Amino acid sequence: MTASDKKPSTPLNPHPGVKICGAPSHAEVIRTPGYPREEIWRKGPVAFIECVEEIPCNPCEGACPQGAITVGRPITNLPVLDAEKCRGCRLCIASCPGLAIFVKDYTYSATEAKITFPYEYWPLPAKGQQVTLVDELGEAVCPGQVLQVMNTERNKQTPLITASFPKEYFERVKSMERLRS
Amino acid sequence: MNRIEHHIVLGELPLKKQVTIYVDNRPLTAYEGEMIAAVLWANEQKTLRYTKKNHPRGIYCGIGRCTDCVMTVDGVPNVRTCKTPVRDGMKVETQRGLGQWTKGEPIHEKV
Amino acid sequence: MKKFELAVVGGGPAGLSAAIEAAKHGVKTLVIDENDRPGGQLFKQIHKFFGSSEHQAGIRGVEIGRRLLAETAQLGIETWLNSEVVGISPEKTVWVVKDGTESLEVQAERIILSTGALENALNFPGWTLPGVMSAGAAQTMINIHRVKPGRRALMIGSGNVGVIVSYQLLQAGVEVAAIIEAAPRLGGYGVHTAKVRRAGAPFYVSHTISKILGEHKVEGAEIVALDKRFLPISGSEKTLEVDTICVATGLTPLAELAWFLGCRFHFIPQLGGFVPDHDSHMESSVPGVYLAGDISGVEEASTAMEEGRLAGIRAAASLGRLSPEEANTLEETVWARLNALRSGPFGAVRRQAKESILQKEGAIAYDSVR
Repeated sequence: MTASDKKPSTPLNPHPGVKICGAPSHAEVIRTPGYPREEIWRKGPVAFIECVEEIPCNPCEGACPQGAITVGRPITNLPVLDAEKCRGCRLCIASCPGLAIFVKDYTYSATEAKITFPYEYWPLPAKGQQVTLVDELGEAVCPGQVLQVMNTERNKQTPLITASFPKEYFERVKSMERLRS
Repeated sequence: MNRIEHHIVLGELPLKKQVTIYVDNRPLTAYEGEMIAAVLWANEQKTLRYTKKNHPRGIYCGIGRCTDCVMTVDGVPNVRTCKTPVRDGMKVETQRGLGQWTKGEPIHEKV
Repeated sequence: MKKFELAVVGGGPAGLSAAIEAAKHGVKTLVIDENDRPGGQLFKQIHKFFGSSEHQAGIRGVEIGRRLLAETAQLGIETWLNSEVVGISPEKTVWVVKDGTESLEVQAERIILSTGALENALNFPGWTLPGVMSAGAAQTMINIHRVKPGRRALMIGSGNVGVIVSYQLLQAGVEVAAIIEAAPRLGGYGVHTAKVRRAGAPFYVSHTISKILGEHKVEGAEIVALDKRFLPISGSEKTLEVDTICVATGLTPLAELAWFLGCRFHFIPQLGGFVPDHDSHMESSVPGVYLAGDISGVEEASTAMEEGRLAGIRAAASLGRLSPEEANTLEETVWARLNALRSGPFGAVRRQAKESILQKEGAIAYDSVR
């Protein structure tokens, strides 16, 4: 049984996947070694690496201070996440040129989870702002509240947005609807 | 105006020295160093020339290869405006067909 | 007549890398570029590059461009801008028109051609209207000139160029109505397509453009589904309200100067068409003439820079500035990176195509196709 079978209350969005729709489907991401298992993510903040194709790229490996991400040689290997080591520190997010890493925390509160995602659009949301969170297809999932906007020099113009949202959408939420200027 | 003022990666639009160019006698404000075609598109003029058969043409390749964007500049026809930077007082004309070489001749009334 | 040991034609990522590598070893080098600033198309690449973290992965193209320019300046490499090469001979005389007014003759001992590639056009009813442009032109408009080409765009082609430019259009505040792909599967890296998709831009596989609406400029586009034989399915037409059409249907090497020199060519569709023959040191069939970057087969800026280094090393070695052993050692480290960039299911196609050049015999000579 997969994680989604056990939680009919968590609506996922089934679709033919990355080569047809552009975004990897849930079925595609849970097969990869960068996606943490449910028993891990239920315990605390952890990275979700949604890198489903073997492309020559490895900056995530060096970005993790815990040594929780391994690409190795050749650099086309999919990144392997040792979710036990991951502390959800978010340093890997902006290191990914493909913007394919998210950090989520299922334990944020009794009813809400938290996500940090890369967001390279102007204007940025403000802390406290209500936004619409979206899934991998860009479809609106639920409202979210922005908890933090981080745009540090270290991240080289890849701002990170942290938002809280209802727990039942934990695996589906990936980003937010772009704000139009 | 189609200028991109704010950009998350590139930052705010840098302040550059303004110059004036005259396009079919219409004065347009441009920024020093930018290409003629960019000024025109920023001001909603997307047609840069008409072919002999009177078909409009705009920008195609943007790197000086295709010659779609040629105009008559200071009396010289067939100037690639995607790779020719503006100069203060430059006179630019929408070209028809192969254009006419009028350099050295008075081509405009004084603006 | 100006004399240089090495003339590099084209100051993009490949040419600058080649010039830097050669100048580092004491070669008196000239870079000739037709644009008013060097860097080629690097300065419009505002996304973070892939590759190995030891080697500039995670750095935006524009920043890599700045680093190359700084290194070029530091080494004091002579660079002629606004300079077009109008003639070239196997004796390595290069004729240059500078600033459209001045005619100059350069005598070099070695030549590196790094002239890049040109985007392919796609012909459909209305394709000449203002508002239809190559994806690269749109990218130049938004990232170099900071001008929006329009308000809402249709992207034709889902390779990395089409998808990256779609993303950058969104970043510039231009809506992307759709990205269409004639093949039944998307071409670009999944991480690129995914970021565009979650930003709300839909993909249509097995679709093409059937016509443009508008008489004097683009006012809309009609797209149509394709069957398995790539034929339009009548009744499947959809109208999109767009004012901009971007064409990202591949590139062709800009190899005129190699033809001019009488280089041997191969036809390799995976690399963009006619590609000049070269060995593993990037030397063409004309001795002392080297190739680097898209002219030797369309790939990426990251591979172009590595090929530039190979050509620069070999030019320096052939001028006696490096011993064969030193050159081999340097080349090996570059080849290791090149092979890494050409690995995996995406890179393998290019790697095989590139390797096929090294094994070809009886290639097309200039005279036979003239």
